Amino acid sequence: MSDVPISHILFVSTALFFIGMYGLFTRRNMITMLMAIELILNSVNINFVVFNKYLYPEKLDGIFFTIFIITIAAAEAAVAIAIIINLYRSHRSIDVEKASEMKG
Amino acid sequence: MSASAIIFYIISAFILGAGLLAMTTRKIFRSAIWLLFTLIGVAALYFWLEVEFIAAVQIIVYVGGIVVLIIFSIFLTQQSGSEMPRQPLKRTIASALAVLCGFGLTFLQISKYDFQPSGKSFDWSVSKIGSQMLSTKAGGYALPFEVVSMLLLAAMIGCIVIAMKAPSHASPKGMELEASKKNLAQTFELSNTESQSVLPLGEDLGGAST
Repeated sequence: MSDVPISHILFVSTALFFIGMYGLFTRRNMITMLMAIELILNSVNINFVVFNKYLYPEKLDGIFFTIFIITIAAAEAAVAIAIIINLYRSHRSIDVEKASEMKG
Repeated sequence: MSASAIIFYIISAFILGAGLLAMTTRKIFRSAIWLLFTLIGVAALYFWLEVEFIAAVQIIVYVGGIVVLIIFSIFLTQQSGSEMPRQPLKRTIASALAVLCGFGLTFLQISKYDFQPSGKSFDWSVSKIGSQMLSTKAGGYALPFEVVSMLLLAAMIGCIVIAMKAPSHASPKGMELEASKKNLAQTFELSNTESQSVLPLGEDLGGAST
């Protein structure tokens, strides 16, 4: 356990964050953008758990933040999918480029 | 290099490979399945970190809930076999460059900072987590717990309201049965021929009553 330095675990979470960022930049489909956001939230969770475990092992705050982030991610995914299905009903497409009525 | 370190590197290679594939493959259903593998890999990383509670929550909520929801919405909204349109090359290159720069800068900061592990063993237990989460004393998480429960309630109601079908327009009483029959037949026809444009319900009824 101790022979893996913290920075290697942080490398994984940083790389996962920027993979999600890349997906958010390049995808134009709402469902895949939602998947990218899930990846980003996961990388944040890894960071919280690792900092809690290695730097402040007598506290539990990182665990709580992880649990709350997972809860909020679930709520966010549910609302996002409701919006996506509603948008699909009115536009027959979930491409963000085609939903441009509110553009100024 | 010990066995634990080797397992860590295998898990992280799995996470990053599956994540990269999830974000680059052009078939949306495959993308969802790679996302599933990424989330399972993250759960394995939690197991490796010996926080089994978070790993269990990760598997239950993400793998059992969110991915299933995403797959359902893929089935509801598009043909899962078809490929997504290719993005312009300029956008791909620009975003790859931006992401690589961001990653480089962030990782430079991380590798420069000297993290000092405290060396103590991490003592969590489910009973400890539970009693601190419901405690109202200093350091307790009772208020965020209640706020999150309100958020979940609001999200649930919001989902139902957003995804509910809009009420159909009123139609003359005598015509109603025939119109609905005609409407039904038309819907079948449409679904059989897989027509792209579906008329709104109101226009449909208007056409039937004249």
